[in-house]
Amino acid sequence: MEWEVVIGLEIHVQLSTTTKIFSGASTAFGAAPNTQACAVDLALPGTLPVFNENALRMAVMFGLAVNAEIGKRSVFERKNYFYPDLPKGYQTTQLAEPIVGPGFVDIETDDGVSRRVRLHHAHLEEDAGKSLHEDFHGMSGIDLNRAGTPLVEIVSEPDMRSSKEAAAYARKIHAIVTTLGICDGNMAEGSMRCDCNVSVRPKGEEKLGTRTELKNINSFRFIERAIDTEVARQIDLIEDGGRVVQETRLYDPDKNETRSMRSKEDANDYRYFPCPDLLPVIIDDSYIEAIRATLPELPDARKARFIEQYALSDYDAGVLSSYRPQADYYEQVVGACQDAKLAANWVMGELAKLLNQNDTDIKVSPVSAEQLGGLLLRIQDNTISGNIAKKVFELMWSNGGTADQIIEAEGLKQVTDSGAIEKIVDEVIANATKQVEQYIAAEPEKRGKMLGFFMGQVMKATGGKANPGAVTGILKQKLDALCS
Amino acid sequence: MFELTLAELAAGLRKGDFSSVELTRSYLERIKAEDGRYNSFITVTEEQALAAAAAADAALTAGTATAFTGLPIAHKDLFCTDGVRTSCGSKILDNFVSPYDATVVSRFKQAGAVMLGKTNMDEFAMGSSNENSYYGAAHNPWDLERVPGGSSGGSAAAVAARLTPAATGSDTGGSIRQPAALCGITGLKPTYGRVSRYGMIAYASSLDQGGPIARSAEDCALMLNVMAGFDPLDSTCLEREVPDYTATLDQPLAGLKIGLPKEYFSSALDDQIAQRVRDAVAEFEKLGATVKEVSLPNTELSIPAYYIIAPAEASSNLSRFDGVRYGYRCEDPKDLEDLYKRSRGEGFGAEVKRRIMVGTYALCAGYYDAYYRKAQQIRRLIQQDFIRVLNDVDVIMGPTTPHPAFRIGEKNNDPVSMYMEDIFTLSLNLAGLPGMSVPCGQVDGLPVGLQIIGSHFAEAKLLNIAHQFQQATDWHKQAPAGI
Repeated sequence: MEWEVVIGLEIHVQLSTTTKIFSGASTAFGAAPNTQACAVDLALPGTLPVFNENALRMAVMFGLAVNAEIGKRSVFERKNYFYPDLPKGYQTTQLAEPIVGPGFVDIETDDGVSRRVRLHHAHLEEDAGKSLHEDFHGMSGIDLNRAGTPLVEIVSEPDMRSSKEAAAYARKIHAIVTTLGICDGNMAEGSMRCDCNVSVRPKGEEKLGTRTELKNINSFRFIERAIDTEVARQIDLIEDGGRVVQETRLYDPDKNETRSMRSKEDANDYRYFPCPDLLPVIIDDSYIEAIRATLPELPDARKARFIEQYALSDYDAGVLSSYRPQADYYEQVVGACQDAKLAANWVMGELAKLLNQNDTDIKVSPVSAEQLGGLLLRIQDNTISGNIAKKVFELMWSNGGTADQIIEAEGLKQVTDSGAIEKIVDEVIANATKQVEQYIAAEPEKRGKMLGFFMGQVMKATGGKANPGAVTGILKQKLDALCS
Repeated sequence: MFELTLAELAAGLRKGDFSSVELTRSYLERIKAEDGRYNSFITVTEEQALAAAAAADAALTAGTATAFTGLPIAHKDLFCTDGVRTSCGSKILDNFVSPYDATVVSRFKQAGAVMLGKTNMDEFAMGSSNENSYYGAAHNPWDLERVPGGSSGGSAAAVAARLTPAATGSDTGGSIRQPAALCGITGLKPTYGRVSRYGMIAYASSLDQGGPIARSAEDCALMLNVMAGFDPLDSTCLEREVPDYTATLDQPLAGLKIGLPKEYFSSALDDQIAQRVRDAVAEFEKLGATVKEVSLPNTELSIPAYYIIAPAEASSNLSRFDGVRYGYRCEDPKDLEDLYKRSRGEGFGAEVKRRIMVGTYALCAGYYDAYYRKAQQIRRLIQQDFIRVLNDVDVIMGPTTPHPAFRIGEKNNDPVSMYMEDIFTLSLNLAGLPGMSVPCGQVDGLPVGLQIIGSHFAEAKLLNIAHQFQQATDWHKQAPAGI
């Protein structure tokens, strides 16, 4: 039987406010446990929440960026359950009246599928703390630094039909929140976490299959792998005559399998009710419009502009616009070297490679856009070849310096002087009698391929500094002269 | 000295009749000697009190003193006090020393007040008799066999027994007014949002309001001057100007329009209490007021609505007492669930557990609409009733309680009959309105309270009316026998 996959995502995005959603404590990541938890975060008796207006502003920015209705009245509710890292015994969240209503984003996968994914809503809530189970001799440690960090939970409709679409959607949300500057996008630190609701149904069937929820996935790659794994499990189960049980499952990336965490029967009754300590949040059109006026260029618009303004391919424009620091960096490189295609190749090629290898964000790239632009200028004016440029770039990455400084210090300037090149070509030809004979004996249309050997010899002799175009011309001219 | 009001004590301090240290020491000695009979204090803070008194004396000498400088008070033990145990009358917080001051506490500190200690109360402010305290029942100074009312029973008993000239209280369904009535003193529940709730341990957040308990309306005005006002730490506290509540106490009452709700004078009301209230109203007529009958048709519904909303909020508010971060933790929990169940099972008393269970039930999926939502709708009806009536009259008057103080143990096995004691008081909390209880007579030697209800933010008017009544009568000056 042919199966159709149905996926909906719930993405938790940590907002990059400096203080928590209901207290004045810092939200900075990585501090010693419980040093960023104030009386309110610790849920000391008598403490009360005060809503951080920055979190509201950021949520509204997000809503506007995903074409959503903004809730002019939104209400915080309490979701009641006991857990040691939930100090109040309830999470303050939104349910019936969220800040962001229905909206949509358009996605495209690598293999060219495009789709509109509808958002059901997005709401504001507080993060919980963390339970630490190691190193406590059979007890658990509680770190409440994260408790009260503002989150926007973005709930999609079940509109995605493949793991690739799910990953593309998550990437799009990531691109939007980082472009807006409302989230640092650091998935490894948990700034963006994803729950995937996955079900399968026979192709053509309208009724949705029973879904499972895969919790807390924190990379795009794992989203794809977790969904693929879960889809395969569900299909196997059904084809073997079994039934999918509605439950929450955990994805284990090491074993590449999903495991049951809890079934629907164990689910809490959260006893939601409006939080009496917080008044409804009322905003008006002028508040919303003032925020709209501050919105930066969004990824879709930027991509379209990159295609239009820089004549980039759809793919290149999509990659470059997906992360705002990268898009900004790219545009600075273009500004410095005035060659949009060359800049795109380098930002997505050599730079991305080294950033990846060193696990470095482009925001803190050791090579600045000005440095890279300066390097590309030297390719354009034939001071160095593309290959030498890679060497310069690596030196730049490890030791700093401008392209000109490195080229000068390392003596990497390209040899373009035809007299000097001729002299080396003559030497190469003189030392390769066997290859020269073969060249002469070959049919004329096959000689072009044989030029490579001589080219390599010349480059070896010049340490790669000879201008490849000039070398080819001179080689061809001299060798062909021998053939006539 | 123990018969002097706050206003008189302030004058005495300024004249040099006594110092704040002398005053404070006298009260501390009196508490030590007498409180064994009343059990009105949970914690006496002698050291801090004497230090604060010495600082107050320095300010008085230096001329930097303000109206409240050097005056002793006590705080209900649900106001968090930095460095002092704040128990909320519960075993679960018996070991809790607050690391911060409630806004009300810090305002009194800044005003130069001297805290004598923390007063007894029904556990988590749940009760109408002060019998639900982990620290034992408090006793009514008018009859030690009887309850002082609750939940601010310790504050009321301490003020009535002259162990402190005044005390703070909190009122969620009558917890200031009812004990004030049963102990023959004066108490004010302000408009919801008038006094900050920050640091006042929550029972039912949308109903809780702190307020003053003292021996006169004038003293309540002095206290409210300190307590009232916007607090950025409480989102439900309103940003609204605070008048000088003492400035309008002497306004004449000629032309005052009083409404008497016919529903308050039903057969459930003790005849003699009804008579005392009518006598008081007659006194107001002498002062130039006019009286008419009004109707609050949804009064009866206030009890079921209250006993859904308050427990629902409480069930959530009390979830933080889980044995994890502070407070009581059971011995040797075998796992997390055991830790929760036993810490809470052993730490909370019966009435608290009862309300947590009722509230949890009311909020459950499938019951929410039938209970919580319906109760909120009734709440709006009750509010509308009051607003309609208060468009017609200036204030509403009636009894504070249907009976005088009952015997300790009398209603222990009948929670519903205990809940009925709050019939006249808790509708104000549902409507967010201010109300006062003022002594207006006695029945069989036990005090009776007159309740005065005003529009939102009409505290100054209520205090003015109560003060004029106290200028014309001396019920508020009556002391229990043997005091």
